[in-house]
Amino acid sequence: MIRSFYIAAKDLKAEFRTKQMLNSMFIFSLMVLVVFSISFGDFLGDSAKVAKLAPGVLWVSFTFAGMLGLSRTFVLESENGCLEALKLCPVDRGTIYTGKVLSNLAIMFLMEIVTLPFFIVLFNYGLDPRALLLLALILLLGTFGFIAVGTLLSALTLGTRTRELLLPVLLLPVLLPVLIPAVEATAGILAGNGIVGISSELRLLAAYDLVFFVVSNLVFEYAISD
Amino acid sequence: MEYAVSIRKLSKAFGKSPVLKNLDLDLKKGEFAVVFGPNGAGKTTLLKLIATLAEPTGGSVFVSGFNAAEEPEKVRNEIGMLSHEPYLYGELTARENLRFFGQMYGLDKQKLEERIAHLLKEVGLETRADERVNTFSRGMKQRLSIARALIHEPSLLLLDEPYTGLDPKASEVFENLLKSPAFEGSSKIMVSHDLERSFALCDRVLVLNAGRFVYDGLKTNFSGFEDFREKCAPLLT
Repeated sequence: MIRSFYIAAKDLKAEFRTKQMLNSMFIFSLMVLVVFSISFGDFLGDSAKVAKLAPGVLWVSFTFAGMLGLSRTFVLESENGCLEALKLCPVDRGTIYTGKVLSNLAIMFLMEIVTLPFFIVLFNYGLDPRALLLLALILLLGTFGFIAVGTLLSALTLGTRTRELLLPVLLLPVLLPVLIPAVEATAGILAGNGIVGISSELRLLAAYDLVFFVVSNLVFEYAISD
Repeated sequence: MEYAVSIRKLSKAFGKSPVLKNLDLDLKKGEFAVVFGPNGAGKTTLLKLIATLAEPTGGSVFVSGFNAAEEPEKVRNEIGMLSHEPYLYGELTARENLRFFGQMYGLDKQKLEERIAHLLKEVGLETRADERVNTFSRGMKQRLSIARALIHEPSLLLLDEPYTGLDPKASEVFENLLKSPAFEGSSKIMVSHDLERSFALCDRVLVLNAGRFVYDGLKTNFSGFEDFREKCAPLLT
């Protein structure tokens, strides 16, 4: 497990030097929120309508921004043959997968946390600290499921010429079981529900996360084999 | 006798196309073998199978007595690989690259820092240790790549076309490093198209053609490079 952290630390160090992924994901996500907030226009004052539409907007913004990042996640490894070097290390393939999941999760979650205040301002929400914490928990669970399967598919599409096109086509249908409870739980929080009101969605998210992570971990070896 | 590498009836096919056919090989500890052969002969595939980067269709590979199919992690621990690609992260510094790979091989912190300092000195990069690899020339990357391959003191070195992209001066530096004490004691298998340079370095010559060893003998069987070229040239086409 410690070697997964070494891989994640290496990825994060490289990313924070260039901030290529982080910047592009953040700008994309912010642009989506700005465009939707403009298109909502007069609705923004109507909290009932906003509460129905805004959770979807938030997850659309994060999902597509996340795909930008995922399509790059193994590019760093494929440059200079580094993926081969990682595969040569005396660790099982699951360790490599876990390391990549940890770094992707940290980058995407950071992007979400930075974007969230803009969402709150643009969509005119007033959330108390408790609701914000719950929202962060939903984001973490939803993002983990997204990253767990996205990292696997990113590795799977690495050798293909149409990687950027293929990744969303493969990823979006698989992600639906995560996105639906994530959007519903977000809507619940924005509507003022407590943890009891969204407990079934949280359980679903946790279950999907576990299944996606375990299955992806097991099949990752085949995704990166020659 | 325990060999550095033992290969038995090794074969590999991609789909219906066989690349390697029933290869047998025993490499003694400390021996330096060079594998020559035309493009598509299966040289790189052979190295990948030894390094556990690919799975054979049939047969077995043993490295220092460890079965590659059953104990791949122990086999990888014995191997250092040097390729025409540097296997380095451009956004990290030379020291950070070596530290990362050392950590992946499970070296303890103090030993790792000492080893990094020693290797950087050995490859002549101690003054550039804290600069990003992206700023290095091809020759410098290759020298750092040698340090990376040696970080865990492997007993077997696999060298896949290490001269590719190197200018004559960088090639000379590379050869001097191969002859240096840092490489002493390790067994080596090199795949190369550079006949003269590789012949000068090796103890044993293997010629692979169409997936089979068509020649396997000691360098001392030849009176010199010209003799080798005369005798082996027909096997290399």
